[in-house]
Amino acid sequence: MSETMQSAEPRVGVYVCHCGINIAAKVDIAAVVEFAKTLPYVIVVRDYKFMCSDPGQELLQQDIKELGLNRIVVASCSPLMHEATFRHATEAAGLNQFYFQMANIREHVSWVTADKALATRKSQALVSAAVRRVVLNEPLEHQKVPVKPNVLVVGGGIAGIHAALTLANAGKQVTLVEREPTIGGHMAKFDKTFPTLDCAACILTPKMSMVRSHPNITMLTYAEVVGVEGYVGNFTVKVKKKARYVHEELCVGCNECVEACVYKEGRFTDTFNEGLSKRKPVYMPFPQATPSVVLIDPESCIELKTGKCKKQCATACTRNAIDFTMTDEIVALEVGAIIIATGFQTFDATRIPQYGYGKFPNVYTSLEVERLVNASGPTGGEVQLRDGSTPKRVGIIHCVGSRDEKTNRHCSRVCCMYSLKLAHLIHERTDAEVYNLYIDMRTPGKGYEEFYDKLLKEGVNFIRGRAAEVTDWTVTPEEEGKLVIRAEDTLIGVVRRIPVDMVVLSVGLEAHADADEVRRLFNISCSKEGWFLERHPKLAPVSTFTDGIFIAGACQGPKDIPDTVAQAGAAVAEALALVDRGFVELEPNTAFITKELCSGCHTCIAMCPFSAIRYNKEAGVAEINPALCKGCGTCVAACPSGAAQQHLFTDEQIFQEIEGVLNYV
Amino acid sequence: MDEITRTVKYEADTDPHFAEEIAGIARGETLRACIQCGNCSGACPVSPYMDYTPRRIIAMTRAGFKREALSSTTIWLCASCYNCTVECPKQIRITDVMYALKQKAIKERLYPKRFPVAVLAREFSAAVRQFGRNSELWLIIYLYLKTNPFAMLKQSILGLRLFLQGRMGLKRERIPMGTGKKGDLQTIWNALDRADR
Amino acid sequence: MNHLYYPGCSLKSTGRAYEESLLAVCATLGVGLTELQDWNCCGATSYMAIDEVKAFALAARNLALAEEQGKVGPGTPTVDLVAPCAACYLVLAKAQHCLEENKEVGGKITAALAAAQLQYTGRVVMRHPLDLFTNALGLDAIKAQVTKPLTGLKVACYYGCQIVRPYATFDDQYHPMTMDHLVTALGGTPVDWPLKTRCCGGSLTGTVQEVGLRMSYHLLKEARKRGADVLLTACPLCQFNLECYQDPMKALFPDHEPLPVLYFTQLMGLALGLERARLGLQRLFVPFRQPVGV
Repeated sequence: MSETMQSAEPRVGVYVCHCGINIAAKVDIAAVVEFAKTLPYVIVVRDYKFMCSDPGQELLQQDIKELGLNRIVVASCSPLMHEATFRHATEAAGLNQFYFQMANIREHVSWVTADKALATRKSQALVSAAVRRVVLNEPLEHQKVPVKPNVLVVGGGIAGIHAALTLANAGKQVTLVEREPTIGGHMAKFDKTFPTLDCAACILTPKMSMVRSHPNITMLTYAEVVGVEGYVGNFTVKVKKKARYVHEELCVGCNECVEACVYKEGRFTDTFNEGLSKRKPVYMPFPQATPSVVLIDPESCIELKTGKCKKQCATACTRNAIDFTMTDEIVALEVGAIIIATGFQTFDATRIPQYGYGKFPNVYTSLEVERLVNASGPTGGEVQLRDGSTPKRVGIIHCVGSRDEKTNRHCSRVCCMYSLKLAHLIHERTDAEVYNLYIDMRTPGKGYEEFYDKLLKEGVNFIRGRAAEVTDWTVTPEEEGKLVIRAEDTLIGVVRRIPVDMVVLSVGLEAHADADEVRRLFNISCSKEGWFLERHPKLAPVSTFTDGIFIAGACQGPKDIPDTVAQAGAAVAEALALVDRGFVELEPNTAFITKELCSGCHTCIAMCPFSAIRYNKEAGVAEINPALCKGCGTCVAACPSGAAQQHLFTDEQIFQEIEGVLNYV
Repeated sequence: MDEITRTVKYEADTDPHFAEEIAGIARGETLRACIQCGNCSGACPVSPYMDYTPRRIIAMTRAGFKREALSSTTIWLCASCYNCTVECPKQIRITDVMYALKQKAIKERLYPKRFPVAVLAREFSAAVRQFGRNSELWLIIYLYLKTNPFAMLKQSILGLRLFLQGRMGLKRERIPMGTGKKGDLQTIWNALDRADR
Repeated sequence: MNHLYYPGCSLKSTGRAYEESLLAVCATLGVGLTELQDWNCCGATSYMAIDEVKAFALAARNLALAEEQGKVGPGTPTVDLVAPCAACYLVLAKAQHCLEENKEVGGKITAALAAAQLQYTGRVVMRHPLDLFTNALGLDAIKAQVTKPLTGLKVACYYGCQIVRPYATFDDQYHPMTMDHLVTALGGTPVDWPLKTRCCGGSLTGTVQEVGLRMSYHLLKEARKRGADVLLTACPLCQFNLECYQDPMKALFPDHEPLPVLYFTQLMGLALGLERARLGLQRLFVPFRQPVGV
């Protein structure tokens, strides 16, 4: 395209999109078209049902060629949606893509305005603003920045494990960071997985040891990300490795130190077993822990608390792996992409006091029962009550901390299925009479409904009703000594009292309590419940609003293992698409200094959050490094002389935009 | 059972505005959000006596089964203990919905005849309206006269004991009414009646 | 400490002993209670079934009177109104919530009050005596005045429904403890039992007697089963249902064993060394004979 044409008198084409009826039902398109024809420099105005479609794009491309247009305005949806589409279309027709301007008359107008006349007027105002602004737009070029090839995966549950392995198999160098002392996440606690009832450990632990042995994976367990800087393709991440007081590279997991500890028996809450057993201050989280390395808990270790222990553990270790002087250390990583797979926490059942969790010993959470039915759990897979007896009647209460305005509004998606699984396992192992109290049975998924059908035929009892309470108030002789679940059997319309020996609370999934801090750390968004927000719920489900950072698994919302693994794979594909391309194009909306106006006052230098501005002593002016500038505009606003300006957002462009709006309201 | 009855609910027999009407009386209650989980019925200490559980009353109200809901014993057996309200996972103020149904049932004269709770509500409010205070003895006498005069004899022993223990007097509790002075309850009644019209 | 006191209708008749013991205890503890003049019936559960706006108007008149008699103003931004009856307490609190949240109802009521030259500006703090004793006065102050500790006495504290629901303001909704702590401060032993907040039957005992009797029967039976010597209530209707109907209860449920049911203020009075007659103990149907302070 010739320079002469682009610098010539502006010739603007305006295209008003109906977006089916999304816009057309609320905005009088014809009135907007007629109005746009009256604006300065406007050569042609057209409307079309879907501007984003191929024929829609061809419309403006044809006009560029045939009518010699050199500025394009499309009034349609949000730039987040289709700015890239129309920029490409503009560029493909031979015009610099920054001669394109978008007016958002869908998200900003038709979807949020009740009155049709007002919606039309607002659309006209926005079109007017875009036309005035586009006249002043300049041709700009995207800046290309190389991408670092390594990838960080945060969270070592099944999502993080799958993501790390897939990336590593593609030849990428991966760092996997896990907060707990072992990878494996929640899945490592399960005995069986629904609906196939295959052994969770049998399918998970091989993947865990592959992570451990893969030459392309660096595993940082008992570690947390504490700082993230940089931008897409070029992140600098700081990870804090908490002191284990055991040298990972020396320990072989022989457990001699655990045997030798001055505590003869476990005395402290074993969190891996959900508190159903006790551990010593020096411990292996669980037999298949990865890495297979012990650690010492500073809260309970006598030596670490008082310095007055015989330190039998250290003596017992033939490899001198134990080191009480160890401190936390910070590791810095350079990565091109980050996958966040931090998972979920289960609902705290004490928040629903009427179910008696924490008051009645025989009320358990589902996660505790997962440990009870697990062959490597505290009872070796025997379903036993705390007094060692076998329950004869078991009630499983669904939706504990789900579908409840007072706790969590959402459906946790996995509880129906895992409750069915637990019902099956308990029934199978104890021959107990099992009652499932559910609100609605939700079994969408491959083989899930069939599993429900199997349970129905197995003779497990189903009562459709939300349990109102669990009480030790007994009325009849058979209730004596038992817990009673009171609920309406809504399919019969009668209140029932079900005496049981054991109550299982099917606790829901919720976002981690510190989700908001993690979100801030990575500069991504989360819903008010704390689930990390995807860029688009349908079309960009693993991307975030921060380029180069992807999400996978239950940190984005409750999901089961198959969905989690699938999502982890999707996040890997997105990360690979980024790092394998080798470069990223940055928006050219960087700031620049007009030397003639700069007085060298240093104001901008102190304000810049990205340290992109330096002072040029010889010239006596500030200088901005465009590779570091993020286009935040802080310096532009701060500059007292107007020397700092920003591409795509010059003062003049913004004033014209404002004027455009004000002239027509 | 000797007789069989045929039950089918024709659309024409439902009242499509009933849910809105009740929600309106219960100050915009969102009973349409009910997921029929039955927590209300399970939490209710009186539900075993009700002809329909509270959950079914909500369902019937929502579906426009006006006659059935208003003539049920359920709404009159509600003891206003608010357990359903605080337990409802959808935070529906079920107790207030029950109050709304009671108000509507009295207005439409659809409550079960001679059902003492409804009569009590009417007698109680009439007395308070007239005297500003309630006298338990008189209330009970009126209640039995209107519902079951013979049962009053059975209660007379209790009444006599209360009287002897000084726990029930013959005196009518009242406050000055219709004085027209500052704070006069009658003036407030009149203002509310005018507003109703 | 000076507070306005709203007795409600029951405390003038069936619940007379509640008023007697409350006033005696407050006098001993130096808590001033001034009866609200010209108060009217709160409307209870019955008026709500007839017309909610009028029910709230009844409550609002009392709140307005409290503001006027409590001389709410710059120096006295709020006034405490003590309501011992659970139903009164709830209805007055519920009216406050509604007036605050619902402009339509609030407008109607403000206009009606204005016709009688009254206004309510939201400056009344509703207090149940349990709240008053535990939070305003403090258990230490009470403990210091105990002369006859309730040593060895096992007490089932019964809160009923309406002082903890739906507005749990001064105690836990599921496991209320204020009365238990009070009993402990008096030297007694509260028993842990599951029916603390289960409804006694309310007005059903007077209307559909079988229903109410069964509800009360179960409460008493469970309290006994948990070893209680006495059951304490904080509401005149609960006390009436649980105590005065024990004879018909026995006729319906032959395994029923009598259990004394006292207002918590009566037991407080005994621990504070007050005479039984001042506490209305002679008005009980099921006498409380257990000696205290021995």
